[in-house]
Amino acid sequence: MAPALPGIALVPVAGAVPAWRAEVDARQWRGGCEAAARSGGRLAALWASDERDRGCGLRVRALLALYEGLACLELRAAEPMQSYPDLSDLYACAGRMQRAARDLVGVVPEGAADARKWLRHGAWRQDAFPLRKDFQAEIAEEPDRYAFVRVEGEGVHEIPVGPVHAGTIEPGHFRFSIVGEKVLRLEERLGYKHKGIEKRFEQMTLADGARLAGRVSGDSTVAYAWAYAMALEGLTGTRPSARALYLRALLLERERIANHLGDLGYLGNDCSLAFGFAQFWRLKEMLLRANARLCGHRYLMDQVVPGGVACDLDRAAAKALTEEALQLKEELRNLRSIYYNHAGLQDRCITTGRLLPAVAARLGVVGLAARASGHAFDARAHPGFAPYDELRPNIASHRNGDVAARIVVRFEEALESLRLQRAILERLPAGELRVPLGAASEGAFGLGWVEGWRGEVLVALEAGAGGRVRRCHAHDPSWQNWPALEHAIMDNIVPDFPLINKSFNLSYSGQDL
Amino acid sequence: MYKILKQIARVGIVSEPAPQADERLRLVEQQLAEAVLRHFRRSLAIRHVDAGSCNGCELEIHAANGPHYNLERLGIRFVASPRHADLLLVTGPVSRHMETALKRTYEATPEPKLVVAVGDCGCDGGVFGESYASCGRVANVIPVDVAVPGCPPTPIAIMQGILTAVSAARS
Repeated sequence: MAPALPGIALVPVAGAVPAWRAEVDARQWRGGCEAAARSGGRLAALWASDERDRGCGLRVRALLALYEGLACLELRAAEPMQSYPDLSDLYACAGRMQRAARDLVGVVPEGAADARKWLRHGAWRQDAFPLRKDFQAEIAEEPDRYAFVRVEGEGVHEIPVGPVHAGTIEPGHFRFSIVGEKVLRLEERLGYKHKGIEKRFEQMTLADGARLAGRVSGDSTVAYAWAYAMALEGLTGTRPSARALYLRALLLERERIANHLGDLGYLGNDCSLAFGFAQFWRLKEMLLRANARLCGHRYLMDQVVPGGVACDLDRAAAKALTEEALQLKEELRNLRSIYYNHAGLQDRCITTGRLLPAVAARLGVVGLAARASGHAFDARAHPGFAPYDELRPNIASHRNGDVAARIVVRFEEALESLRLQRAILERLPAGELRVPLGAASEGAFGLGWVEGWRGEVLVALEAGAGGRVRRCHAHDPSWQNWPALEHAIMDNIVPDFPLINKSFNLSYSGQDL
Repeated sequence: MYKILKQIARVGIVSEPAPQADERLRLVEQQLAEAVLRHFRRSLAIRHVDAGSCNGCELEIHAANGPHYNLERLGIRFVASPRHADLLLVTGPVSRHMETALKRTYEATPEPKLVVAVGDCGCDGGVFGESYASCGRVANVIPVDVAVPGCPPTPIAIMQGILTAVSAARS
């Protein structure tokens, strides 16, 4: 059933995702978003496109996650300023997405409190917009100036960190305002990894785009590849076989287990429990090697392909995976008991980096971090999401919102994924691995929505002429969750930052695009 | 504590033999004297710089520090500052927004400033290529000694790349 938004005629978007779309004017844009916010809806993504070549001007899209599914509102920015009504008062997470849309396409949220640039540093000029069709690449001469918010008061000072960090992590800049050891405020500056992914999509065919989608954030390659395939299958009217869907779920759960194992290891390590790192990374390595045996790639890249999957498993492989799952379950339970009973570890994690449920809701936090702060939504649990409608995953959640809660949710989710993996292997239906894609008509639009290990991954794809990508927007859950880290760190001490940061483990690449 | 000790005893040591250097990965001839290289093979300090990767290569660098590969047993360790490093391990196509930071990191590294580029993107720009936002391969921005292909390269391949950078063989 279509969601009801006042005065907006929503039409269904073809494909596996329960989604609708509508062209709206500025009044409906605000009205629809206000109604969605009142009824507990979330802003899932916001992006803009250049559609002047077909007389639609610059277009902004807001994707709302509602009870019934996704609703995509499409608004033409108003001339001469290319402006549109700001949404950041309704959805705090809209702020950075709107700033990014301004940097890339030049659409202006009217009256937004924060008008600073976001993804743009110095790689292109302020008055040039890379995602416009007539963009000419030209290196900017201007230095990258950015006005951080200053915290003032006696004894307050700043610690700038990054973009090159002390550990093996992705680049970004953190500006801490502290007094003594206590963090008063953290301000993030991201965009260092912006490598023009969305523009790159537009040089590719729809089929080739899958490979790029799988590299938006390497640690979530299965989630992105599936979301992209789902969008492309939707707009070409292609239905993958039940077997392919079950195998995709197998790969997605294995990606979730691998990442949770790695994080649990590092969370122990950040509490000086090197034992935890060694043990969990041993288990993760076992899983990665089994992946390599299964399909030739340790991280399962390029295994989810438009139309199906690129790997299969026979009875012997299925048996080996079932045995592995049982062994991992035992090992995980044992390590869980050690973590939960380790006084030093618990002392570091309990009450540290709390994200309260009310703050999480206000910020629109998604995925694992939301579930650890009392919001148990998960795209896998959405009605009709095959094959999860048959697998019925149990959604882990916790109310405390601290580092310890995010550890608990990781343990629970990893164990649940092992159960799901066994269920998939028991029920694996027969069917084609890969079906040919239908034709993509120019202007056809598709959506993909997949719960990756970090949170929901969305892909909005529009076909161009001759089977090419006209526009592809890939949305990482980190957009919503990076601001949550700024809140979780408040009043904690600086030395706890690595631990709190790790407990969220957000993607820089997925956000920077 | 008992459970931890029991687990350690039960699991034992899982580290596997380390790989050898692979001269095919070398881009430029070894410039360092034998005596210096002998020293490095006992203690090499690495600074990792992600210059714009998809974070896939980082997963394998982490794995190389895990118990199966156990990079540290070879005297190779990761350090927090380029000023303490002998070698930079650089991943990703270099995004234009990371170009300055990468150059400054390189300048801050003391001689001999060995550089190993990791992954297909580091070798040739990979799927991202060169664009308004990407400088492409690492060698377009700083001098590179050894390049390790793969998407991502395995921990063994990354270790081979590092060992090749400090191997005495000359092409």
